[in-house]
Amino acid sequence: MKEALTLVHRLSAHPDSRCWFVSWNPTGTLLASCGGDKAIRIWGREGDSWVCKTVLQDGHQRTVRKVAWSPCGNYLASASFDATTCIWKKKGDDFESLTVLEGHENEVKCVAWAPSGNLLATCSRDKSVWVWEVDEEDEYECVTVVNSHTQDVKHVVWHPTQELLASASYDNNICIYKEDDDDWECRATLQGHTSTVWALSFDAAGQRLASCSDDRTVKIWKDYSNESGPGGDLTWKCICTLSGYHGRTVYDVAWCRLTGALATACGDDAVRVFKEDEASDPDKPVFSLSAQVAKAHSQDVNCVSWNPKEAGILASCGDDGEIAIWRFQEEA
Amino acid sequence: MSVGAQLENANPVIFQRTGERLQTATDEDEDIHDPIDDREIFDMIRSINDPEHPLSLEELNVVEQIRVKVNDEESIVGVEFTPTIPHCSMATLIGLSIKVKLLRSLPDRFKIDVHITPGTHASEEAVNKQLADKERVAAALENSSLLEVVNQCLSTRNS
Repeated sequence: MKEALTLVHRLSAHPDSRCWFVSWNPTGTLLASCGGDKAIRIWGREGDSWVCKTVLQDGHQRTVRKVAWSPCGNYLASASFDATTCIWKKKGDDFESLTVLEGHENEVKCVAWAPSGNLLATCSRDKSVWVWEVDEEDEYECVTVVNSHTQDVKHVVWHPTQELLASASYDNNICIYKEDDDDWECRATLQGHTSTVWALSFDAAGQRLASCSDDRTVKIWKDYSNESGPGGDLTWKCICTLSGYHGRTVYDVAWCRLTGALATACGDDAVRVFKEDEASDPDKPVFSLSAQVAKAHSQDVNCVSWNPKEAGILASCGDDGEIAIWRFQEEA
Repeated sequence: MSVGAQLENANPVIFQRTGERLQTATDEDEDIHDPIDDREIFDMIRSINDPEHPLSLEELNVVEQIRVKVNDEESIVGVEFTPTIPHCSMATLIGLSIKVKLLRSLPDRFKIDVHITPGTHASEEAVNKQLADKERVAAALENSSLLEVVNQCLSTRNS
């Protein structure tokens, strides 16, 4: 069975700038993008085309590095090089700035909502990961600052169902955190990458985690923790390394919750999709390259994101300031 | 990154500057596509000012044409630079200046890799990693005081 990535749309999203990140809302109807022009744009479908519904400006003084939708889809969080995180509330087609989270010493690199929507995590070049609690009054309070990394923290991601947080860093490591007595602690450090880990993505069940790195590989980690009580260490082991496919740094990885396909964004301008061989040993899975577009963008690809509702729809963005929307399907 | 009164390397060895690039007949011919070559890249960076001395990177032998590798077809440029001393604290700034100069001068399609010449700096690996991290480079270039220092290195000197 042969598969292909077909271009559906290409949008000039952040002209004369780079587009750093794109994020689908939970219903897969809106796509938020952010970039070096300090702006956030919300894209939606109108008939056969995609249009910019609204532009969120003046929220940040510097690059907006990442954006994340709350699980309910009513809030958007944006992480910026200006050391703050903005929370935006959706009001019809518009968004209003609700609050600004301050505290990080320098650039905020990533923001992510927990599946419950009650917790938010941010990470920064200041080497720390912060966990924030949200109450019914839309008040945000920092509950923990964790300093388990020794360098710039690039990415944070929550487990799809549990209150389990993972972070990736310039120190080449991945940390996994769990709450213990109101305190979030690093309970596992995943070592194996030989350079910066840029991004992480859990599979649908949350038993496996994919990581991508400046070492040009993607690694798959599996949870082997036993129920050892709240204070026990977690055990995650690397069960697969995808090497030899990427020509330069792999900036992002996205594991589709609907199809299990694994997409990567690479500094060699390509978007690739890998699929797991169904017959392979779950403790030693085999992933093979299923489709790739060599020149998906005219410059580095920074992000890949699967539509959460429409299987096979993939959005990517790059240093060329563009967003591309792809359909991953069997070749006709 | 202030330049103090105490110079780190007070007496650097000074090298001769190369002459102008010789024009060939095909350079004049508009119908012939001439790919970007090593010499053109070298010309872009050789006059960058050293942050510490009133000398160019070429005169300090920090950059040399033989350490420039360009592959026009693959859109890749690699530059190795050699700090004047193994503990040079300016190494990251010099590398950043080279990177910025090439980012501004070359078409967007080029991937630009700037490294320290292997074995010539104590923190070679850390400096290389920093220069290769485009997110940190982007953040650095949003820092106005740092950008000013970089622009000073890139400004053309009247000599």
